[in-house]
Amino acid sequence: MKRHVILGGTRGMGRSVARKLVERGDWVALLGRDGAELEKSAADLKARGAPGVRVTTALCDLERPDTFRPALEAVEQALEGLDVVIVTAGLFATQEQLEADPSLAQRVLSVDFANTVLFCEEARKKLLLRGGGTLCVFSSVAGDRGRKPVVLYGAAKAGLSAYLEGLDHRFKSQGLTTVCVKPGFVKTQMTEGLKAPPFAGEPDEVADVVVKGIDEGTPVVYAPPIWRAVMSAIKAMPRFVMRRVKF
Amino acid sequence: MANDRLAGWGRQFQPGRELLTEDLERAPRVLFRGLGRSYGDSALPPAGSPVVVTTTRANRIIDFDESTGVLRAEAGLSLKEINRTFLPRGWFLPVTPGTQFVTLGGAVAADVHGKNHHVDGCFGHHVTRLKMHVADGRVLECGPDQERELFLATVAGMGLTGQILEVEFPLRRVPTPWIWQETERVPDIDTYVQKLAEAAHGWPMTMGWIDCLSRGKNLGRGIVMKGRWAQAHEAPTQFPAEPPNLRFPIEAPELLLSSLSVKAFNVAFYWKHLARKREGLVSPWTFFYPLDFVKDWNLMYGRRGFTQYQCVLPREAGPEAARRFLEVLTSRGGASFLCVIKDCGPESPAFLSFPKPGISIALDIAVRDGTQQLVDALNEHVIKEGGRIYLAKDSYTRPEHFRAMEPRLEKFLDVRLRWDPNLTFRSAQSVRLFGDPA
Ligand SMILES: Cc1cc2nc3c(=O)[nH]c(=O)nc-3n(C[C@H](O)[C@H](O)[C@H](O)COP(=O)(O)OP(=O)(O)OC[C@H]3O[C@@H](n4cnc5c(N)ncnc54)[C@H](O)[C@@H]3O)c2cc1C
Ligand SMILES: NC(=O)c1ccc[n+]([C@@H]2O[C@H](COP(=O)([O-])OP(=O)(O)OC[C@H]3O[C@@H](n4cnc5c(N)ncnc54)[C@H](OP(=O)(O)O)[C@@H]3O)[C@@H](O)[C@H]2O)c1
Repeated sequence: MKRHVILGGTRGMGRSVARKLVERGDWVALLGRDGAELEKSAADLKARGAPGVRVTTALCDLERPDTFRPALEAVEQALEGLDVVIVTAGLFATQEQLEADPSLAQRVLSVDFANTVLFCEEARKKLLLRGGGTLCVFSSVAGDRGRKPVVLYGAAKAGLSAYLEGLDHRFKSQGLTTVCVKPGFVKTQMTEGLKAPPFAGEPDEVADVVVKGIDEGTPVVYAPPIWRAVMSAIKAMPRFVMRRVKF
Repeated sequence: MANDRLAGWGRQFQPGRELLTEDLERAPRVLFRGLGRSYGDSALPPAGSPVVVTTTRANRIIDFDESTGVLRAEAGLSLKEINRTFLPRGWFLPVTPGTQFVTLGGAVAADVHGKNHHVDGCFGHHVTRLKMHVADGRVLECGPDQERELFLATVAGMGLTGQILEVEFPLRRVPTPWIWQETERVPDIDTYVQKLAEAAHGWPMTMGWIDCLSRGKNLGRGIVMKGRWAQAHEAPTQFPAEPPNLRFPIEAPELLLSSLSVKAFNVAFYWKHLARKREGLVSPWTFFYPLDFVKDWNLMYGRRGFTQYQCVLPREAGPEAARRFLEVLTSRGGASFLCVIKDCGPESPAFLSFPKPGISIALDIAVRDGTQQLVDALNEHVIKEGGRIYLAKDSYTRPEHFRAMEPRLEKFLDVRLRWDPNLTFRSAQSVRLFGDPA
C-alpha cells in the first residue's frame, strides 16, 4: 500500500488515476479548490476502493500558493505519511482566447507554470524530508515544441517539463523520483468542444499508463503512448514547415 | 467531443451534437443522452435545436451501503462499471438489459427489463429515489413515495419529463458470480412458447432465441435458456474472466447481409446446439451480455443501419399469438439475425413502461427501402392483438399506431405537460410520435 496525494483528482484524468489507485488498495488524499466537489469525489473513491482504503481531502487552490503547504501537511497527517504526490490540476484556454485576454493569459501562465512549480517545490521538500518518494506531474505534449495553436499554454508547459527534468537530475540520487506525464489530446472537460484529432485518448486508458509510469518511476510518460511517436515527428519538422502547418 | 451527426445504436444518423459534462446540474436544459444504446431516435435531439447533453462523464458513486446494498450514483454511471466494481464483492444489478453499455439514466428512462422480468419486473421497479432537474429550474427528488406522478412519468419517460441527475436503488446479493444455465433446443414456435412458460415457474431468469426465417413446421424453432445464480458448492472460486475486447472492424458492405447469409447464420445457430439439452456453469458475461463480446457490432449492418422491432403480445391473445406474428413477419420476407423471445410479467405502474404479461419478441431489421412498410404491417398486426412496441428500440412507428397501442399515453402527456409546459425536453422521437414542435 502506498499513500498518494492528488491535486486535481476531482475530474478528468486525475479522477481516473485516483480510482485506479484506490481499487488496488492504495490510500489517496484529494486536494482541490471546491470543498463540496472534493467530498463527492472522496465518497466515490471510498465506494470503489478496496476494503480498508483510506481517503481524505484538503482544500488547495493552485491560484493561491499560500494554501500549498498547509494542504500537504494536513493530508500527510491524515494518511500518516506520504509516498507519491501527483499533480493533474491545470488550466487550459485556446490560443485565440489567450491572445484576446491578457488577464486570462496571466492566469494560465501562472497556474500552469509558476504556481505548479511552487507546489512541486513544497511537495519535493516534504518527500525528501521523508527520505524520498515520487512526484508525478502532468505537463503536456504542448510543451514539446512551440506550435501555432498552443503558443502560450505550450510555453508554460515547456517550462514545467524543463523544471521536472531538472528535478530529476538534481534529486534522483537523494530518492526523489520524478515522473513527467505528457498527455496528448485526451477527451476531458478541458478539451470539450475542441475537435478531437486522431489518436485522442480516454482518461481511463491514460490512467493505466500513468499508474504504470509511477510504479516504475519512468521519467517521461507519453499518454496515450502513441503520442511519443507523434511528437518525435513534429519535433523533427523543419521550421519552414512548422510555419505553414496548422498544428 | 464536437460532432455534427448523431445516431442511436441502429446507426441512422441525423444532424446533432453532443455536449459532454461532468456537472449535470449545471448542464443546459436539453434532452439527456446516455451511452446511446437505444436503437432508434429516443436519444436524438429535435431537428430544430440539434444538441443533447451526454451524461457519461457524470459517473461518480454518491454512496454505497454495504449492509443494505443501496447504491446511489450519478446518472451517467454505466452498468458495466457497476458490475466491474461490485460483482467481485458479491453484488449484482436487480435488473439488467442485454448489454452492460447502458447508463443508469438510460436504464431508468427506458425502464429496461431483463431475463428476470417475469419475477422482478423492470429496472424502475427497484428505484427508490431519483434526483432530477426539471424544466422550471428546480432540482428535486422523486420516488415511489415522493412526487409519485413525476416519478411514474420519468421511469420509462424517455427523458421527456426532465433530467435525471442521480439514481438510487439496491444492488442484490448473489451467492457466486457464476450462472447455472440450462438450454434446450425446441422444434417450433408453439413448443417454444410452452417451454418458456414452464421455465418461468422454476427459474428466476429465462429467455431464448429463435430462427425466424424457417417456415412451415419449423417456424420458430429455437433455443430456450434458463438460468440462476450458481451456489458456492457448484462454482469455481475464481472470478469469471471479463470478455476480450473484440471490435467489428469496418462498416460492412450490404452484401454481407444478403438473405442467404442471414439464413446460413440462423441454421448454424440452431444446429450448433447439437444436443437437445445442455446444462452447466457459464460466466455472467456470456449469460447476460453475449452481444457485448464484439464492440461496435452494429457496423455489421452497413451504411444504412438497422432498426430493432420489439413488441409485446398480451397473454389474452393466447399462446398462438407468437406464431401469428412470425407468420406475418415471414410472409413479408422480414429477414433477421436472431430473434429474441421472452415472456413478461406484470405491467409496471410507470405510465409508458413497455412490458406487460404476455410474450415479447425482438428482431433486428436491416434498413432497406421497404422498412417503413414492414414496420407498419407489423404494427397493424400488433394493434389487432392488443400489443404494443418498445420506444427504446423504435424509429419507424407512426403516431396514430402508437396511440392505438398505448391507452396510457394521455396520462403520461398530461403529467409531462404539468412538469414541462413549454416542452423544454424534446427528442427526435417525441417530435415524431407525440407531435412536439421540432
Ligand atoms: C445489444 C443491446 C441489448 C439490449 N437489450 C435490452 C434488454 O434486454 N432489455 C431492455 O429493456 N433494453 C435493452 N436494450 C436497450 C437499452 O437497454 C436501452 O435503450 C437503454 O435506455 C440504453 O441506455 P443508454 O444509457 O444507452 O441511453 P440512451 O440510448 O443514450 O438514451 C435512452 C433514453 O434515455 C434517456 N436518458 C438517458 N439518460 C438520461 C438521464 N440521465 N435523464 C433523463 N433521460 C435520460 C434519453 O433521453 C433517451 O430517451 C438493449 C440495447 C442493446 C444495444
Ligand atoms: N485533456 C487534454 O487533452 C490534455 C492534454 C495535455 C495536457 N493536459 C494536462 O493534463 C492535466 C489534466 O487535464 P484534464 O484534461 O484531466 O483536466 P480537467 O478534466 O479539466 O481537470 C482538471 C482538474 O484540475 C483541477 N483544477 C483546475 N484548476 C485548479 C485550481 N486552480 N486549483 C486546484 N485544482 C484545480 C480541477 O478541479 P475543479 O473541479 O476544482 O475544477 C480538476 O480536478 C492538466 O494539467 C492539463 O493541462 C491535458
